Amino acid sequence: MSETETLLKTPLYAMHVRYCGKIVPFAGYLLPVQYETGVMKEHQAVRENVGLFDVSHMGEVLFVGPDALANIQHLLCNDFTSLQDGRVRYSPMLNPRGGVIDDVLVYRFSLAKYLVVVNAANRHKDVAHMLSARTGDVKIADISDSLCQLALQGPKAEALLGTLVPESMIPQKYYSFIPDVSVGGVNCLVSRTGYTGEDGFEFYAAAGDAEKLFAALLAAGQPFGLALCGLGCRDTLRMEAAMPLYGHEMDDTVSPLETGLGRYVKMEKADFIGKQALLAAGEPKRARIGLKMLGRGIAREHFPVYAGDQPIGHNTSGTFCPTVGPVAMALVDAKYQTVGNRLSVEIRGSRVEAEIVPLPFYTRQK
Amino acid sequence: MEIKNDRMYTKSHEWVLFENDTTATVGLSDFAQSELGDLVFVNLPQVGDAVTAGQSFADVESVKTVSDVFSPVTGVVAAVNEALLDAPQLINENAYGAWLVKVENITGREELLDASAYRALVEK
Repeated sequence: MSETETLLKTPLYAMHVRYCGKIVPFAGYLLPVQYETGVMKEHQAVRENVGLFDVSHMGEVLFVGPDALANIQHLLCNDFTSLQDGRVRYSPMLNPRGGVIDDVLVYRFSLAKYLVVVNAANRHKDVAHMLSARTGDVKIADISDSLCQLALQGPKAEALLGTLVPESMIPQKYYSFIPDVSVGGVNCLVSRTGYTGEDGFEFYAAAGDAEKLFAALLAAGQPFGLALCGLGCRDTLRMEAAMPLYGHEMDDTVSPLETGLGRYVKMEKADFIGKQALLAAGEPKRARIGLKMLGRGIAREHFPVYAGDQPIGHNTSGTFCPTVGPVAMALVDAKYQTVGNRLSVEIRGSRVEAEIVPLPFYTRQK
Repeated sequence: MEIKNDRMYTKSHEWVLFENDTTATVGLSDFAQSELGDLVFVNLPQVGDAVTAGQSFADVESVKTVSDVFSPVTGVVAAVNEALLDAPQLINENAYGAWLVKVENITGREELLDASAYRALVEK
């Protein structure tokens, strides 16, 4: 990021400062990497109680019109013909070379109205791509700046929400949503989604209502041990759940089949952007694996991975995760992907032994 | 943030507490641990290793980053605080108790600040 580029503030910036967030630039926004509680305790709060995140940097794009579904089907490699009103579905969005432009969530309001949630860093690239591929009668509108988004994550999220709204206003199924729910006097779309590997909800509301919604959730969360959570634990939480992060596990040059997103790629669909390239590429030559460090050290992003003396790939993410310890995800030559294989990671000049373990590293108790 | 008056500091946020002219204990300042956040990994030298004033002799890692630790003095490592290898959070809990190494045969020093000069540096 160049210094001349202006960093944006979410509608909750003043709250982050008030609650002593340690502010860092992320995807063009000034956001808290942690609050005074610290990454370890924020992470633990989400695993054991509940945490509140500002994710207003995420982008939102509305597709409205009779050809909304046809456009979504063409742009995204998952299948949306079977998606029901009030449900959410994940999909990669591919370029014609079969690389990943972004990964998105699609909310269906009706056959003629969808909300597509995109990564902040990719928003302008995504919207340009969507508009360039647009066909038929559909309006595609970037409404990101008019909205705030908050995430309430953890095993106590549902009980907390139950103190603010009637039970009928709580989405019951994972990846479902209810529009127009009044939460602390703020009109919200509430979805049972998240990026932490825990149960939880995400709230979309008018940007001008962000502080009111934040205050209502924060106050209601006190009896439940709610922690304000920053980007630091958002990363360790998604990492333990092996949720891919754009720019790390995938980018414009990585195929969704290589990075383990095959179940979201519906090759039986008539056509979608990138399908021909995936067909031409054939069986994926690389695979995303999980590594647990056996020796001492933290294997971070970009560090090279070896099988014996053979370089076979690199880490895409890696850190110390509070619940599972030092782990990494790596993109390696597919023939080495067997769970149980011993590999090594080069950490600042030294090779440290690691073992391939199944992903995700962490699965919540249901 | 705590700054102890009994020791000296470097501009790179290490503390050094001299027992005598040639023996000292070295650690990270409270400011350093606060800036780094929760520490999750520490790499320390071994007893007998030479350290050089102003040169990296250890590294500490938080969830997000790796940071070098620079030696305030030139000398030889006489002891390492091995408790930190399994419990790096001790540095977050008590930066002035959680020493990293003891150095002996000291023959040189980095530019060192006393507590008031160090306070002026971090409060700038």
